[in-house]
Amino acid sequence: MAKLYIENPSDSNTLKPKTETINFLLNYSKALNVSVYKGHKFESLIN
Amino acid sequence: MNSQSISDATLVSQYIQGDEPSLSILIKRHQQRLYSFIYSKVYDRDVTEDVFQDTFIKVIRTLKRGNYNEEGKFLPWVMRIAHNLVIDHFRKNNRMPKFNNSGDFDIFSVLSDGALNAEGELVKSQIVHDVRAMVEELPEEQKSVLVMRMYNDMSFKEISENTGVSINTALGRMRYALINLRKLIEKHNIVLTN
Repeated sequence: MAKLYIENPSDSNTLKPKTETINFLLNYSKALNVSVYKGHKFESLIN
Repeated sequence: MNSQSISDATLVSQYIQGDEPSLSILIKRHQQRLYSFIYSKVYDRDVTEDVFQDTFIKVIRTLKRGNYNEEGKFLPWVMRIAHNLVIDHFRKNNRMPKFNNSGDFDIFSVLSDGALNAEGELVKSQIVHDVRAMVEELPEEQKSVLVMRMYNDMSFKEISENTGVSINTALGRMRYALINLRKLIEKHNIVLTN
């Protein structure tokens, strides 16, 4: 029987962000540090 | 406990207390819905990816700064942020429109160097000729003021010095010259458009 070369439509139509984007967000979250000094909030990225 | 059963509110509060994996669960739980929502507005994968990323950067910053009020509405709040960022995207694009040179549309079809084509040149020379002929029909005082102003590019002060009349008189003559030109256009039924 001939092989069917068809892309799986369920995969190609799924709207999902790229893995890199998700990884970036998770790394960004880990790196972001908010410190409070005299009532002011300071953000720093610890990488 | 199964991560599926943990509510958004619990995950958010765990994340605020420093539990990083909670964020991963939140993102994975809502990624498809949020991504589809953004894509349905912008119809561009790259822009969707950018807006999605910016949305969660805002979420992360707000949560880490302790500015989030938990009212059991995590997803609607995230959607609102995404919605606002989509609006920002379109505002920015209105100021700086992006042209995609794909498909049938060609950017060079709407850009031109401003030069007239052969037909345009012919029509323009005809218009110039018609206007000249009508100017010749004006009374001498009006004609001289109009020629000095429009063809010699002189100011009304210079015209008044040149003709020996006051500036107001020169302005009045110019005004009547234009009124009479309009009458002549109507009378001769001339179309002065290119």
